[in-house]
This record gives sequence, C-alpha cells and structure tokens, in this order.
Amino acid sequence: MQKEGSRSEGRLLCAILIVAICLTLAPVARLFVEGLTDQGTFGFTLAGKVLAQPSTMSALKHSLITASLGTLVSLVLGAAFAFLVALTDLRAKAALVFCLMIPMMIPPQITALSWTQIMGPSSVLLKTLGLAPPLGSSQPLYSAEGIILLLGIQHMSIIFLTLRAGLRAIPQETVEAARISGARGMRTWWQVILPLTLPSLAAGTAITFVTALGNFGIPAMLGIPAGYVTLPTLVYQKLAGLGTSVLAEVSVLAMLIGAVAVIGILAQRFFQTQQRVYLVGSTSRPLAIPLGAARLPVEILLWAIVCTILVLPMFGLLATSLVPAYGVPLRFDTVTLTSWVEVLLRQPVTARAFVNSFGLAFGAALVLMILCLPLAWLMERSPTRLSRLFDSLLDLPYALPGVVLSIAMILLLINLPFTDATLYGTIWIIFFAYLARFFAVMFRPLQASLKQLDPAMGEAAQSVGATLFQRLRDVIIPLSAPAAAAGAILVFLTAFNELTVSALLWSSGTETLGVVIFNLDDSGETAMASALAMTIVMVVMLLMVLVQLLSRRFPKGVVPWQT
Amino acid sequence: MADITLTSVGKTFSGSPAVQDISTRFNDGEFIALLGPSGCGKTTLLRLLAGFEMPSQGTIRIGDRDIADGHTGKMVPPENRNMGFVFQSYALWPHMSVRRNVSYPLEIRGFSKGDIATQTDAALTATGLGEYAARMPSELSGGQRQRVALARCLVSDPDAVLLDEPLANLDVALRASMQTVFTDFHKRTGATMVYVTHDQAEAMAMADRIAVMDNGRIQQFDTPQNLYERPKNRFVAEFVGLGTVVPMRGVEKNETSSHGHVLGQRIAVKSTHDCPSHVCLRPENLTISETGDLRAKVARVTYLGGKYLLETVSECGTRLLAETRAKFDVGVQLGLTITTPWAFYED
Repeated sequence: MQKEGSRSEGRLLCAILIVAICLTLAPVARLFVEGLTDQGTFGFTLAGKVLAQPSTMSALKHSLITASLGTLVSLVLGAAFAFLVALTDLRAKAALVFCLMIPMMIPPQITALSWTQIMGPSSVLLKTLGLAPPLGSSQPLYSAEGIILLLGIQHMSIIFLTLRAGLRAIPQETVEAARISGARGMRTWWQVILPLTLPSLAAGTAITFVTALGNFGIPAMLGIPAGYVTLPTLVYQKLAGLGTSVLAEVSVLAMLIGAVAVIGILAQRFFQTQQRVYLVGSTSRPLAIPLGAARLPVEILLWAIVCTILVLPMFGLLATSLVPAYGVPLRFDTVTLTSWVEVLLRQPVTARAFVNSFGLAFGAALVLMILCLPLAWLMERSPTRLSRLFDSLLDLPYALPGVVLSIAMILLLINLPFTDATLYGTIWIIFFAYLARFFAVMFRPLQASLKQLDPAMGEAAQSVGATLFQRLRDVIIPLSAPAAAAGAILVFLTAFNELTVSALLWSSGTETLGVVIFNLDDSGETAMASALAMTIVMVVMLLMVLVQLLSRRFPKGVVPWQT
Repeated sequence: MADITLTSVGKTFSGSPAVQDISTRFNDGEFIALLGPSGCGKTTLLRLLAGFEMPSQGTIRIGDRDIADGHTGKMVPPENRNMGFVFQSYALWPHMSVRRNVSYPLEIRGFSKGDIATQTDAALTATGLGEYAARMPSELSGGQRQRVALARCLVSDPDAVLLDEPLANLDVALRASMQTVFTDFHKRTGATMVYVTHDQAEAMAMADRIAVMDNGRIQQFDTPQNLYERPKNRFVAEFVGLGTVVPMRGVEKNETSSHGHVLGQRIAVKSTHDCPSHVCLRPENLTISETGDLRAKVARVTYLGGKYLLETVSECGTRLLAETRAKFDVGVQLGLTITTPWAFYED
C-alpha cells in the first residue's frame, strides 16, 4: 500500500516545480533582495541616493509619458479594429487579423529601423520618389512623439486581441434582447456592448502599458540619438558604459521599472477578474452587425491603415537594403545586393549571431517544452498550494520589462553560489534568461489545451494499470503534442528576435541577431542593418504562416491570434 | 474476484460531505446499480471504489485485501487495483486505433505479442467490434465507442467493472440495445459490476440489487422489486416509480393484517413495521369507480399510449395518480378505492 494514490504524481510535480521556480522566480527574488540591501545590510540608503539623481527622475518621467501616450495610440487603433472586426460583417477578417498580428511579432528594433527608413532626409524611399526633405532637416522620429507613435503601433495588437476576445464572448442574444426591448441604434452600443467590454478593454490597456514601459528597442533606436532617455535605455547606458561596477545602482532602477510594471499587472489582473462575471449565455453565434453601404469604404480604410503601418515601412527597409550606400536614391542602375551579401555571407559576426540566436531559441523552446508538458498536466491534475501560487506568479518574468529580468539574471548568475565561477559574459546567462522569460509563452498554451483534455483520458489509462510514466508517454504527450508544438514555435519566434534581454547580457562572441541589428544601425551601417532586418522579417512571417497553416490542428486558445 | 466491503466510508470535498458513513457489501459477481438524483454522491462513491478519490473516513476492502483506509491515509493507487472503469465520456484515446485502445491494458501488463493479439481479438469479437478494429475512435458512432470502452476494460479480466453513467450520452433506442450488451456481458463473464445511473428504468432493467442514494447516503439497498413494492422511506417511495406518500393514523395490527386510516378511509395495508406512519399510494393501488368513497377531481390527463395517467386532487388537497384505459376530462369528479398499499415508518 502507498500513502495517497497520487504519490508518484506528487513527487514528480514537486521536483519539476522546484526547477521551474528556480528558473523563473529566483531571479526576481534575487533582484528584490539586492535593491533593499546596501553593502550587505538591509536599508533604503542606496535606493534613496539613486532615486534622488535627476537622470533617474527625468528617465522615469520620459518612460511614463511615452508608455502612457503610446498606450493611448494603441488603444485608439486597436479598439477601432477590434470593434469593427469582431462586431461587423467585414470580409476577409482572417487575413486582417493575421496582418494586425504582424506588428507584435516583428521585433521593436526592426519596427524602429523600418520607420526611420520612410522618414527623414536620408530616406532612400523618399529620395527615390523625390519626396525627401532637404538635407540637414531632422529625422522627425528621433523624438518623444516618434517613440510614442511607434510604441502605439507596436502594441496595438495586444489591445486588439484582448478586446476582440471580450467582444466575441458577448452572446448575440444580449444585443437581440436589447433590440426587442426597444433600444435603438447607438443606445445598444453604449448601454449594452460597451459596459460588457469595459473590463477586457481595461485589462488590455493595463498590459499594453506594462509592455510599452518595458520596451527597449524603440526608445533605444529613436531616443538615444535624440538624447531622450527612458528608464530601460538609462539602465542600458549605465551598464554598457560602466560595466558591473554600477550593478547595485542599476538594480534600483530595475526595481523602479518593476514597481511601475507590477502596478500595471495588478490592474490587469483586477480587470480580468471583473470580466468573468459576464461570461453567461451561448456564444455560438458571435455578433455580426451589418455595415450596409458603409462596408466597402470601411474596408478600404482599414486596409489602407494596415498598408501604412505594415507594408510601407517594409518597403522603406527593402529600399535601403538595396542601395550601395545609405542616402543614395534607388534606381535601376543603383540597385545592388551588396549589403545582403555582405551582411549574410561575409560578416562573421552575423553568422555567429545566427548560430547563437538559432541555438538559443531552439534550445529554449526544447527545454521549456520538456519542462512544461509534465508540469502543466500535473498542475492541472493534482494541484497543490505551491503549484497554485506558482501558477499566479509564473507570468512575472514575461510581463516584467526585459531590462528588469536581465539585471536580475546578472545578479543571480554573476557569482555562482559556493564557487568562483560566473556565467556573466557566457551564452548561458542569455539561455537561462530566455528560459525564465519565455516560460509563460510555452506554459500558457499547454495549460489551455490540457484544461480542455478530458481528465478521464488519464484516468482510463490509470484504471487499466498504466503507471505515471506510461500515462505521460502514451496518452498525455501524444494528445497535447499540437499545443506543445504551437508553444514551441511561439517561443522560438519570440526568442529568435529578442533584443531587450540580450542587449544587456551579450558580450563579444555571444551576440544575438537583435544585438547585431542594433549595433549595425548604431555604427551607421544602415543598409546592412536593413538587409538583416528584412531577412528576419521574412523568417518571422514564414513561421507565422506555418503556425497559421497548422492552426486547425491545434486546440482552441493555443494560437494567440486565433479564436 | 472477490466481494467488495465498505466500512463507514465518507468523503468530504473542501468541507462539504459528498459521501457519508457508507457501510455495505457488494457480493462477488453481482450487478449493482447506484441510483440517485444528481449530486447524491453516487459518482463519488464509484470513484472511491476505483481509487481516483481517497476516502476521508472508513475503509474499502476487496476480498481480504485493504485497498483504501481513510484513517491511515493509505490506499492502493488505481493502476494497481485491477478494476475496469467505463467513463460517461467513454474516454477512448483519440490518437489510438480501436485495436490499440483495447490492447493497451495488455501492453501495460507486459503480455507477449501473441497473447495480446489473441486476447484483443477475443474482446473485439465479444463486443461485436471485429470489423472496426482498424478504425479511429472519431470514426465510430456513440454506441460503437461505448463497446470499445467496454472491450478495453474487459480485456484485462478485472476483479470488478465500474461504470459511470455509460449510457447517458446515447439516444433512447441505442440505450435499450446497449443494456442488452451489458447484461449479456455480465452473464457471460460473471464479473462484479457497479453501475452508476440516474435513470431508474435502466437500473431496474439490469441490476440484481440497487442502492438508492440521496445526500451522500444509501437510503435503501435492495432488489428492484423490493424497492418498488416495499420502499423503506419517503425518499425511496417517491424517487422510485410513481407514487404519493400520505400519512396514516390509527394503525391496528393483528397476526394476518394491518389496518389504518388513510385520507379518511379505513383500509388494509401491507407492512413489516409494527406501527407504520405513512403509506405509498402507487397508481396500481388506486381503482376508479363511481361509488368509490374517496372523492377526487381530475386535474390533468396525460396519454401514455394505450392508457391514461390521471393526476387527481382529493377533497383534502392531496395529489393522487391513477391509471385508466378510459378517457376522463379535466375537472370531472371521480370516486377512488385504495387497495392494500405498502406502509412504512418514518419520523
């Protein structure tokens, strides 16, 4: 006889849970300790000193301004698209949704690079069309407004997705009931639909704010040239300029960003719980309000916006990558693939970065899949108090700004306990940081799919005598394989393009693709940066198309842009 | 195979009891039905037997082997109990063919390839699935899936087969034919079967004994005939079959018969109790006659095919059900005669 029938399950859960907690929550806890101690003693003296510096306060102000106004831009764009796509009878919705997802999947430094290619005096595209402003005039995007605009575009997908999910949860009956009760026109909108969607809108806004706050690529590419410093770029500048001697100071800054982010995360959690109240009634038929004669003009307008924010910058990027030197107009006689050949085939750093990024992304996806599959199942089947706590905290490394996680990782791994060894400066610190950061990206789709799995599947195997290992191998893993694959592709996609974490953790030899693009642009090699960026955009699109094609085989809720 | 013995078994879920103080014995080879309204604890009791739940109190034994003990917190995990379980959702593994679904228990037990093939074929033939062996579960109808689930649990020759509302997802016609499959299977194998259902017709048709459950307790555990004809309390009388429970006063009992006052009439009753307090009036205890002493008014008429069910209200407001071949109109006054109903004692 055994104590408790689920003893083996309990043991395995405990073991994996400890590994997962060490990976994801230990760095965050380590950072917290560092921020509160000054040379080994608890206290707020260092924190007070750092917070009193004028650069800290101005960076905080800049961060808050760009993040909140950027969120506003996302809100306007994302909400408009979400209402129109979710509630009306537009055509080609699937294509529209797919296109709206692309800005989120394209790394922010590439977004910033591509937009600078369609504006300013040296824009190849504008020169080619003869529209370029005179030399000497400034790049309009190198400003707070530029950062706000691009943050808004980058994150509009988040608002779009959360709001659309909320709108689709409204049963058509609620609107029909309002109509039959005599509510006309706009009355239905502001008395029925809007109140029902406010929680999801608020939750989406909060998480967009947190993401915008943590964004590094856009303020780094646009703000640093303009001398407009936000908190993440301040941390980067300090660490890049002064090395690990300023680690204590920088961790106070990281905690400051973290604190603002946590407020946003808590707000999002709060609104999400509010939302659950409304999930009543059948949602088999989502709303479809006919637009009538306005349909075609609305469709043209929406696609025009999609073209402006998606296609136009890509053309700018392409144009820049095809000229022999930055600033030369693109003509039949000037078009050349030199930059492509140079950056993809000749530069050893690019080849190294490809290997690094590919290995890191692939390794992270693989390790996370192996870790998350049994963990998600065991947490679903036999939850413990610890596993529930972990469930509520595991989003933290992903939701917290990347800068915060990077600093936390340095603190944790710069001096391995009980040894003199350090992982700082090696590829492993980036790898562990990726494991922590993308844990939620892998775990949540798996969890969603396992929640839909009939618990009787495992119990049936158990009742015919299958041990825990046999149940996992023969029943649970084959059944959750599609979700695991989708999660792995998403992890790969995000890790492949990652900049924020690796920008703080890289050293010579461990560059990632994100770092290489950033450095190429920084050193004025804009054409090569554009060629590399175009390559990455194509890889991203290819992977997204792959997920899209496979999406029919995935359970509901696994692919983030599918419902 | 062996008897299953439960001793004061209880199970609480976060403070609220789902099953309370159940002591009973399922004999080897019996077909037992657990019958009750939803939320009565019947599925929890079945899952306790299977080992998916750990009892909070009491012990469960199979033969002379303790398989769960709520006091010491020890139990044999489901995979080591050698019981079969048929799920309401069938729980066929969608990524395995019918044959693999059925042969999987044998693979787990490490049988040789040849043995697996022979025994799987035997199980498939026994359930009439021979020609579907290569199909995937998604290509089968509901009834066929149910047969696969049954074949899967009989292939490994379990000590007992536990069935959790296995027919709930099937249509009426298929239910009748699947009932025959279950009873045939029971006759042939002689396996102990515990069958959970909320459908009394299903339980009556198949079970040797039925445990009627309510509020986590077994209210009566008896043969189908006894449950219908000699209910022990008001819950069983009202839950099993049609009937009205009315109080009875002035009981006189002699050696051969008992008499008492029911709805103002003095009538003979059947009972084992010395001083029964209530009678159960089923339609067959009520005869319609113009001269009947009990006057009642027809409140509702339901055609049952070949006969009518009359819902009548007596002068003192009691609702009584009677059956008749002749049609009556709503509002008509009738006379009813009560003939020897079953009487029981309840506080």
